[in-house]
Amino acid sequence: MTLKKSAHGRYWPWPPGPGVLAGLGATGLVIAGVAGAFAYTGGLLSPGALTQTRIIDRFQAINGVHPGFRRNHAKGVCVTGTFASNGLGARLSRAAVFAPGSVPVIGRFAVGIGKPFLPDNGTEVRSLALSFRPAGGEEWRTGMNDIPVFPVKDAEGFYALMAASAADPGTGKPDPARMKDFLAAHPETARALALIRARPFSTGFANASYNGLDAFRFVDAAGRSTPVRWSMVALDPFVAQTPPPAGARDPNYLFDDLVARLDAGPLRYRFVVTVGQPGDPTGDATLPWPAGRQQVDAGTLTLDHVEAEGPGNCRDINYDPLVLPDGIAASDDPLLSARSAAYSVSFTRRAGEPKTPSEVQPPPARPAAADLPKTGGEP
Amino acid sequence: MNGPRFPVLSRLLHWLMALMILAMLFIGIGMVSSLGDYHWLLSIHRPLGIAILVLVAVRLANRQINPPPPLPADMPAPLRVAAHASHIVLYGLMFAVPLVGWAMLSAARAPIVLYGTLELPPILPQDVMVYAWLREAHTVLALALFAVFLLHLAAALLHALVFRDGVWGSMASPRGGRGTA
Ligand code: HEM
Ligand code: HEM
Ligand code: HEM
Repeated sequence: MTLKKSAHGRYWPWPPGPGVLAGLGATGLVIAGVAGAFAYTGGLLSPGALTQTRIIDRFQAINGVHPGFRRNHAKGVCVTGTFASNGLGARLSRAAVFAPGSVPVIGRFAVGIGKPFLPDNGTEVRSLALSFRPAGGEEWRTGMNDIPVFPVKDAEGFYALMAASAADPGTGKPDPARMKDFLAAHPETARALALIRARPFSTGFANASYNGLDAFRFVDAAGRSTPVRWSMVALDPFVAQTPPPAGARDPNYLFDDLVARLDAGPLRYRFVVTVGQPGDPTGDATLPWPAGRQQVDAGTLTLDHVEAEGPGNCRDINYDPLVLPDGIAASDDPLLSARSAAYSVSFTRRAGEPKTPSEVQPPPARPAAADLPKTGGEP
Repeated sequence: MNGPRFPVLSRLLHWLMALMILAMLFIGIGMVSSLGDYHWLLSIHRPLGIAILVLVAVRLANRQINPPPPLPADMPAPLRVAAHASHIVLYGLMFAVPLVGWAMLSAARAPIVLYGTLELPPILPQDVMVYAWLREAHTVLALALFAVFLLHLAAALLHALVFRDGVWGSMASPRGGRGTA
């Protein structure tokens, strides 16, 4: 094709000939196509799709916005200690934490609600989140709950359950009809809730056991991968909470009991790995694994220090369940990627907000070894 | 059309990085709105982004050793300024976006895992406010990179289809440079 010479040179092709118009048109089409593909990938063209942003927005719609606090498991306290591995876990996973020896741990006890100032209530889900920090990096984070299975199998179920169990603005109570509809559409949740309700809650944080619920994969030194679930099993004997606590209890009794228990000495948990067999469901956290699966006791967690949430401690950690060392990998459980995505949005929002002191304020720690007299002036 | 061309290493770096950056923009915007694909996309996003940071340093060094060919002599001054300015902005963003990505994860005290046991050290102390600020900056700068990329793409296509001044060929032509058939 020959170029029609324009009076102003090739950089100002005026009046534009058909070739120039075609070139402009093609350029416009390409730009529109690339920009459109970008908008599509970013979800701009599918506003109905469930995203991490919409999940966190729903937490806020239900619980209100409490600046600086987690959008779920908002009321909590920081603990530290060590995990002493006995080396037995190393047969299943090459992760550094399972080599014999001990690693520092930063943890957080919390109740599974999105309101940081709500009084403790005996039937709330309690949680323990842990960050294991071996010397050479390869950090491992996990968040565990004291229930046997999770009530939903995916993020869509979680999102719908939040709406179904939210208090009706008119009555202040969840609407039973909505819950009934939800359970009819989600039989897996009905089954899971039956298992959750069948098990008594413990009297507190200290004698509860915490379950990872999602399945993961342990990868050993030879690259062999094993499906696993894990738990922190309390050494304090389980005491069932009966009857439900009276309304007049101290609003922070779960946390105050925990602090008192830690005053009496360190808390210990056994880290128990349940080894899945082929066919055990790894992609559905509502389903328990059959009883009698091999269990490996891989070490002991000792927690000996408790402090209020503050700068640089557990407050500022995102207990993203997919912060995993080499040797632990995600399973096909869809909750895992969804949690990772949603926790990131929750973390990003609270990170940028002004911080309010937590409702849970343990008295400042007394030096453990030194026999200092009590000052008596502590609040 | 034959004219002065970019040296082969410059062209190689340009096209390799164009693909990587475009992929990163789509991976980034895709992962923050996807529950199911978030984790695996983010695990590609980190190492690919760091690779871009390394390559842009290589590319700047190469640019000193192998300077780009001159723009056509008849190109009007405003267009030249726009071309140079946009290239400076592109270089700035190619550095800033991945650097901010690394810095924000450092301030969040999140492990910066590239692959397996390969981890980067943090480049900032832990501070969640700084994280929140950098996280916002990462989005704004990445969107700016996408916008400038669109302008750059439009300019490249105009050079190819409207101006037909050899600038397109200087980067895109796989065949010989000036004087070769
Ligand atoms: C799609 C399902 C889920 C959603 C949307 C969700 C949402 C959240 C959110 C937004 C947070 C606050 C994160 C932060 O700001 O740091 C959180 C914390 C937590 N979640 Fe989930 N969660 C889900 C499933 C699970 C499951 C299956 C478990 C059980 C193993 C779990 C256990 C925890 C624990 C223990 C915490 C507290 C961590 C801490 O103390 O920082 N969550 N969850
Ligand atoms: C995100 C992707 C891209 C980036 C960051 C980028 C960046 C750059 C930069 C910085 C230059 C200046 C030369 C140098 O110093 O290396 C350049 C030149 C060029 N680019 Fe790109 N580019 C991208 C994608 C593209 C695409 C998709 C095309 C074409 C369809 C293209 C076509 C050109 C052309 C023709 C030149 C030569 C301009 C001149 O002679 O100065 N680029 N690019
Ligand atoms: C040229 C390089 C890069 C480009 C073009 C890029 C682009 C993007 C984009 C478009 C987003 C989504 C922003 C939003 O819509 O909110 C994003 C998010 C993100 N990027 Fe990058 N990025 C780059 C490098 C990096 C690097 C090197 C890292 C870390 C090592 C990184 C870590 C992240 C993280 C952690 C997120 C957010 C995930 C979340 O909020 O859940 N990026 N990036």
